[in-house]
Amino acid sequence: MKFITTTFDSLLGWARKYSLFQYPFVTACCGMEYMSAMCAHYDIDRFGAGLTRFTPRQADVLLVVGTINHKIAPVLRTVYEQMTEPKWVIAFGTCTTTGGLYDNYATVQGIDHIIPVDVYIAGCPPRPETVLEGLMKLQEKIQKSRQAWRGRKS
Amino acid sequence: MERKEELNKEIQERFQEFYIDFISPFGDDTLIIKKEGIFPVLSFLKNYGFELLLDITAVDYLGKKPRFEVVYHLLSFKDRKRIRVKAGVDEDDPKVTTVTSLWKNADWLEREVWDMYGIIFEGHPNLKRILMYEEFKGHPLRKDYPFRKRQPRIELLYPED
Repeated sequence: MKFITTTFDSLLGWARKYSLFQYPFVTACCGMEYMSAMCAHYDIDRFGAGLTRFTPRQADVLLVVGTINHKIAPVLRTVYEQMTEPKWVIAFGTCTTTGGLYDNYATVQGIDHIIPVDVYIAGCPPRPETVLEGLMKLQEKIQKSRQAWRGRKS
Repeated sequence: MERKEELNKEIQERFQEFYIDFISPFGDDTLIIKKEGIFPVLSFLKNYGFELLLDITAVDYLGKKPRFEVVYHLLSFKDRKRIRVKAGVDEDDPKVTTVTSLWKNADWLEREVWDMYGIIFEGHPNLKRILMYEEFKGHPLRKDYPFRKRQPRIELLYPED
């Protein structure tokens, strides 16, 4: 008789980490690197994150790609709030992690001022390998964390 | 070169009361006039052959008088020539006549100058902010606007800086 034993948490984590539906919030030049990470050459689908949803209601991961300024900040928060649990956020590139080059009147100094962030990907813009590394870090985090399930908090 | 001299002379004769100077720093022809002359001089230049308005912008010389300078860039396809028209605008009366009736694209360019520098374009059909949000106070490209003064629209999770 062939069988394996596991815990419910790790089974759920395994299922969740390999089926990340993502919502790309692309505002700037990092979008180019995002596109190349998505397309055939680097193929983010190998990690189960190939399915892009263009509504936050169907997405698990919010990829914030590019500079966020104060004018668009309320939009980003609304998008985050519209996502259903469980949800994760990746800050893609230097602008989203710290504000990057733009320490001025317009730019938010890191999107963690607006929404909670799980993984920060550095680089201006980050190379696709870095993006994949960031995604794998997120998968690791999902696998290790206590899973939210039917009202049970994570 | 001759044509440039000719143009200079013609403007000098036609617009004596507005004319200040005609210079060519680094080969860029620049006409300096009084701000009252912006509409007549620009409409003359449009008929003269500078049919495309490339850009309207402003410069803030904080501490000088007049404080601002409004800059217009024009292009002539026929002569393959460009001209820059500058006019000083003072802080106490930051008002300039609009050129939206000459060039349609002046609409957005003038809105940008108003947004960034607070220079009012009299007669503009829809003078409101174009880049910053409506709640934004002040004009961010003015030299006395604090460099890092941010005006969040929503409550932040923790304060910046």
